[in-house]
Amino acid sequence: MKNIRRIFLSAAVLCAFGAAQAQAAGKLSVYHWFEYIPQELLDKFAAEHDVEVTMDTYDSNEAMLASLKAGKLGSYDVAVPGDYMVKILIEEGMLDSFTRSEMSNFDNIAPEWADVSFDPGRKHSIPYQWGSTSFSVNRDHYDGDINTLSLVFDPPAELSGKINVLDSQAELLALASIYLGIPQCTSDREELRRLNALVQAAKPHWASFGSDVAKDVLVSGDVSVGMIWSGFSAKAREEGAPIQYAFPREGYIVWMDNVALLKDAPNRENAIKFMNFLLEPENAAAVTNFAQYTDGVSGTGSYHSDAVRNSPESNPPASPTGSFVEVCSQEVQEVYDEIWTQLRQ
Amino acid sequence: MSRRTNFRHFPGFMALGLLCMFLLYAPLIIVMVYSFNDSISVTRFDSVSLRWYRDVFFGLEAGKFRQATFNSLTIAIGAATVSTVIATCASIAMLRAGRFRGKLLSFPLLSLPLMVPEIVTAVATLIFFSAIGFAAGHATILVAHIVFCIPFAYLPIAARMQSIESVYEQAAQDLYASRWDSFRLILLPLLMPGIISGFLLAFIISLDDFIITNFVKGAGVETLPTAIFGAAKQGIKPNIMAISTLLLLTSIVFVSLSYMFGRVESNNKRE
Amino acid sequence: MAEQETQEQSSGEPSGERGIYEGLAYYLMAPAWVTLFVFLVVPLGIMLVYSFLTKEFRGGVIWEFSLAAYDQFFFDRGLFGDEPARIEWTYIGIFWRSLWQAGLATLLCLLLGFPTAFVIATRSGRWKFVWLFLITIPYWVNLLIRTISMKFLIRDNGPLNEWLLAIGVLDKPLHLINTDFAIQLGLFYSYLPFMVLPIYASIERYNFALSEAAADLYASRWYTLRRVIFPLVKPGVVAGCILVFVPSLGAFLAPDLLGGAKKFMIGSLIEEQFKGNIGNWPFGAAASMLLLSLVLVMLTCYALSQSRARR
Repeated sequence: MKNIRRIFLSAAVLCAFGAAQAQAAGKLSVYHWFEYIPQELLDKFAAEHDVEVTMDTYDSNEAMLASLKAGKLGSYDVAVPGDYMVKILIEEGMLDSFTRSEMSNFDNIAPEWADVSFDPGRKHSIPYQWGSTSFSVNRDHYDGDINTLSLVFDPPAELSGKINVLDSQAELLALASIYLGIPQCTSDREELRRLNALVQAAKPHWASFGSDVAKDVLVSGDVSVGMIWSGFSAKAREEGAPIQYAFPREGYIVWMDNVALLKDAPNRENAIKFMNFLLEPENAAAVTNFAQYTDGVSGTGSYHSDAVRNSPESNPPASPTGSFVEVCSQEVQEVYDEIWTQLRQ
Repeated sequence: MSRRTNFRHFPGFMALGLLCMFLLYAPLIIVMVYSFNDSISVTRFDSVSLRWYRDVFFGLEAGKFRQATFNSLTIAIGAATVSTVIATCASIAMLRAGRFRGKLLSFPLLSLPLMVPEIVTAVATLIFFSAIGFAAGHATILVAHIVFCIPFAYLPIAARMQSIESVYEQAAQDLYASRWDSFRLILLPLLMPGIISGFLLAFIISLDDFIITNFVKGAGVETLPTAIFGAAKQGIKPNIMAISTLLLLTSIVFVSLSYMFGRVESNNKRE
Repeated sequence: MAEQETQEQSSGEPSGERGIYEGLAYYLMAPAWVTLFVFLVVPLGIMLVYSFLTKEFRGGVIWEFSLAAYDQFFFDRGLFGDEPARIEWTYIGIFWRSLWQAGLATLLCLLLGFPTAFVIATRSGRWKFVWLFLITIPYWVNLLIRTISMKFLIRDNGPLNEWLLAIGVLDKPLHLINTDFAIQLGLFYSYLPFMVLPIYASIERYNFALSEAAADLYASRWYTLRRVIFPLVKPGVVAGCILVFVPSLGAFLAPDLLGGAKKFMIGSLIEEQFKGNIGNWPFGAAASMLLLSLVLVMLTCYALSQSRARR
């Protein structure tokens, strides 16, 4: 009897304690990719502006969209969608807009990223990082030519069953289209059938689907070939994976992630402050040194670490060039969804 | 008695039982051992150190895990408390209040959360909150957990109540005790072991839940399982193993506690 | 657990017709009724409604009646949706695979769990306490932690392979991770304690004098187990099977962490519709409804067969 009373009492005390937790002057709720911003930087922002920062993470653009659609819009201030997802979020009316006068650092945006097709005039988003998506190969397991997408889609026998691909429909099907030499989001039925046949035939060679695991499977040696983002591959290499990042001759994907201001942001003012903070060269460089991609802010060069400056992942050869992921029409997207489901059957 | 057989013995059962224990414990013990590994590489064992435990409490991600632990505990305590109260009331109605309309349907309803696969509950709850436009947060997790915990609290309480004969309360009432008094002074103390195990079971079920929480959690609200899942997907690092070991120890403490309650109970019975 | 309860209850009021708290029943039941109705029955109802709505592109629903979700589940109209309808095997296949995996996991848990429960129930004194204590701990350890532990153990260069290589049993690592076998291992390992405890509780109530009587009638040990013990502890076995089967069917962690998320299981198929690459809510709702119906039909069939057997 006494015990149960004690349990209830401590429950009440704990709950009361939860309600009375220390509150900072303001709040900021960030929806971000996993392992993409150093905790120190968030702490620095929190200290400079007396803001309590909370962050949730996702592992694909689509997961972020799904969760915003399922009722989370209105509870986050900023998210970090990739280029094509910025376009989709704008189409869906899920982004708020700002004017350049709201951010003192707006002019720090590197000129080539100041006006982009997915967000003309940069009304909703600012550059965060850009990089590429292709794959990395464990050089202890395979020493042949790696600069071809056939290592993923039609691998030699020794690599079969030792491949991880990103759990990202858009990137995987875009890469497959590049390999086949067909346009992305093609509505040509013959080409779509070939796309379907390609991934179906490739699937038995793949060991797993995963984005958040992409680095770990390479570091742990679970797979020999891993579809991966450039900076994430650099981090895997830094953690001791004997890997080399490929720039396949058929082409590869380039992308830019952007800090976007979400509609109905509960703390719009702090969101703007945060975006402005991230356009500060020193802070942008801190992200780059952590995530190991490339920032889209001028004047960051002197803050970059040598590792980032000389990273083979961030210094692609002059050719081939990469291409951005395109946004498909609903008709084509439905075929893509069908292909994807068949693939995971 | 020519052939004295031990009816309690079946050849091979002991071996299977030991195998079962071995399978259950081997992975846990290995993770425990490796959590004391000094090396950052998870596969090579260097030397023994408490480095990763320091990391859990004072490292960069300590704040995140502390907050997640706090969320998990408050939600589990809240969900277990509410569901235990609901379940206690319901079990009195089911077992001590005679016949009433709707009784036949009440038991299936009470055990419905057990019958519905977790992923289905998760989807239904997500759709429900999104349809009524209720913003996800602590509250959504708490509500979902209360629903989910009701049968887990109900079953031990009802089982206990069934073993208590109602003659005691009837005797009290014959001596003009009010119904409230007979509940408070007779039924409740006798029922307490059942209530405690119901509470503990509900608590652990809530603390354990991943699938439903993952669907209904709101912005910035992370519970321990969702935080661990997120971290573990990016690699089973030594700090994850340290957290796992701490959770394992917590579970051991909890089981010991519930056994102590059980001991007290059986001693009381004997007296 | 639940099954036992139903039987006991339908077999009559334990405390007679006259309840002590007669008249208070509605007040006492109200919190449970309201909570479960509003937050479980109503959501399931809304989910049913959603499964008959039109999908909104990229997640969400349009309030227009449609059978598209069920049509998609059962009929294959080709990659472009304009071929004549054939039976769609994709989703049935995914359900079948999940059923099969869950069934096998249940069987394995039973094969190992029954003897274990028997051993525990037949110990006495301190040893019984120790066994019971040891079996309870994994039951209370976070499922996620246990799945992660298993993943760590069996990966290609994890401790298991390292040791097997070191002692020379293998000359190259045993590839377990990301296979169906790993999923099976994970399910089995996750839910094993759920099987042992209810069976233990049943055997605990079994009177071994019955075994003695059977032996006096020249029944062999195994015959007694099959024809005397097993029928009497069946409620515990069934409870254990349900507690293993139902969560295995919708399992998410084992396929995701141990199976490499390569093939959809029911759980991940549904998850993908709401949180993943494909934002098809009505289809996710329909798949959930079908999974729910499947489980409820199975449980009802079992309950009916039980009540028929008793009559």
